[in-house]
Amino acid sequence: MSMLSTTVSSNAGQSVREITLGQAIREALAEELRRDPRVFIMGEDVAEAGTAFKVLTGLVEEFGTSRVIDTPISEAGIAGLGVGGAMTGMRPIVDIMFGDFIALTMDQIVNQAAKVHYMSGGKLKVPMVVRTTLGATRRTAAQHSQSLQAWVSHVPGLKVVLPSTPYDAKGLLKTAIRDDNPVIYFEDKMMYQLKGPVPEDDYTIPFGVADIKRAGTDITIVATSSMVQIALAAAELLEKLDISAEVVDPRTTFPLDKDTLIESARKTSRAIVMDEGYERYGVTAELAAVIAEGAFYYLDAPVKRMGAMDVPVPFSPVLEDLTVPTAASVVEVAKTLCGRI
Amino acid sequence: HGHCLAKGASVDRMFAELLGKEAGYCRGKGGSMHIADQDTGNLGANAIVGGSAGIATGAAMSIKMRGSDQVAVCFFGDGALGQGVLYEVMNMASLWKFPVIYLCENNQYNEYTHYSETTAGDISARAKAFGIPAETVDGQDIRAVYDTVQRLVARARQGEGPAFLLCNTYRFFGHHVGDIQRAYYRSKEEEEHWKAERDPLKLLADWLTEQGMADTSTFEQIEQKVRAEVEAGEQFALNAPFPDPSEVDQDVYA
Repeated sequence: MSMLSTTVSSNAGQSVREITLGQAIREALAEELRRDPRVFIMGEDVAEAGTAFKVLTGLVEEFGTSRVIDTPISEAGIAGLGVGGAMTGMRPIVDIMFGDFIALTMDQIVNQAAKVHYMSGGKLKVPMVVRTTLGATRRTAAQHSQSLQAWVSHVPGLKVVLPSTPYDAKGLLKTAIRDDNPVIYFEDKMMYQLKGPVPEDDYTIPFGVADIKRAGTDITIVATSSMVQIALAAAELLEKLDISAEVVDPRTTFPLDKDTLIESARKTSRAIVMDEGYERYGVTAELAAVIAEGAFYYLDAPVKRMGAMDVPVPFSPVLEDLTVPTAASVVEVAKTLCGRI
Repeated sequence: HGHCLAKGASVDRMFAELLGKEAGYCRGKGGSMHIADQDTGNLGANAIVGGSAGIATGAAMSIKMRGSDQVAVCFFGDGALGQGVLYEVMNMASLWKFPVIYLCENNQYNEYTHYSETTAGDISARAKAFGIPAETVDGQDIRAVYDTVQRLVARARQGEGPAFLLCNTYRFFGHHVGDIQRAYYRSKEEEEHWKAERDPLKLLADWLTEQGMADTSTFEQIEQKVRAEVEAGEQFALNAPFPDPSEVDQDVYA
């Protein structure tokens, strides 16, 4: 990574190492399992296999099969057990291997987990984390490549986390596990090997606090999860064209740090919003609306959305690569917004 | 991919699909996990475990409504026994006597986990609970599978409703291409045993030889022919062009 985020620098003095995003997630899980006996993990192939992405490797050896639980391939059932377990004193972490499979859990998440606290007049709580994935370009076609964070961001009662760096991944996951509400935590499958600085000491990152990943003055690029690295790469290219881009990562789509987004857009007068979900009715629509409402009189150009193309993700590599934004496509849009075409 | 070929698809267009080429059965858009070929009666492989249970049962419903003599065969693995949708559709298929055969290929592994760690009770009893007759065969015995399925298909055609067939078999390779280090979930010895002793092609060849219906030269000829077909298909796919970029937003809607 080309930069340290502001939040990392504020932790100066602690021992900081470079680890991968996958390692950061594993550390957060291991530390929370050690800290709180109510925490446990359940999902398909989470134990000896350590998941298909090997993110959980080693956890079952330390915590045993009663806390790192392999389940049948029963997403609806697993999510249901998570809701019931959470309502009765446990703190389940449910692993849904591919984000596409949250479709199989939707009743449990949307009609049950999200509603229980409100419907019980605040008496019952669902302190559950659903860890799942997003992201295309793995050549895994239409049922293993979607980024469905907009679905759950839409539902009151749920919190939605989209980490983009190892530091954020660890701090946000700890916050998710300690939160008393159902939290859906999305990991970009392509980013598990991304390295970055992570303190050794315990830390958490509050939800609803955006992070300015790169400061700039000419254009704001709001980006989530997998799109943050694309935005940063675009910002590097734009710098060579004398366009100073500010990259803002909301880190959670709910709660959403509207103030930081609006403040940045007011400062730069131009904004691109990026998220790897489908563009229509997507996370980008919400981010664009927040900026349009809050910074309208400061904007020199319409807010531009960049998400996944509105098609099922095609298998053929030559087609799949066309469906997601790239640094080059961001540069083109930024140049247009800055009147540089 | 075996089902796709067994239903009569050609090797070259299947390989083309595996490589995301336009000549593939799904114009490169489906890929390995989603090959469908309606012309040979293949409604598509599914990348959602149990995802084909609803489709197959719906196809059987349609067969009955259209008065066709077709039969739907729903192939799934031991992993799909964990999916609730299977039980919802088996109930309806039995209730309304749909011509569908639920064919469970128990290859013993749900991805990287032995089925005994994920599957409680008796597999066939699940079907019997819905009043669906269930049978079990040695899935490595090609003749036994053929005989049984013939019988169940005939039964379904006569309007007697769904059936459940448990085929006990084995997954020779990993769950996915990169699943090479498998020692943490199964032993090398177990894999060797199945390959050496329980290969369905070898077992059939042995039987044919014993019966005097074929000899070594017959099998050599068959193998040469098949190898040539596969190699030709591979070359065809490698040489075939990728789809045009303009294809990317085609066929989202009918």
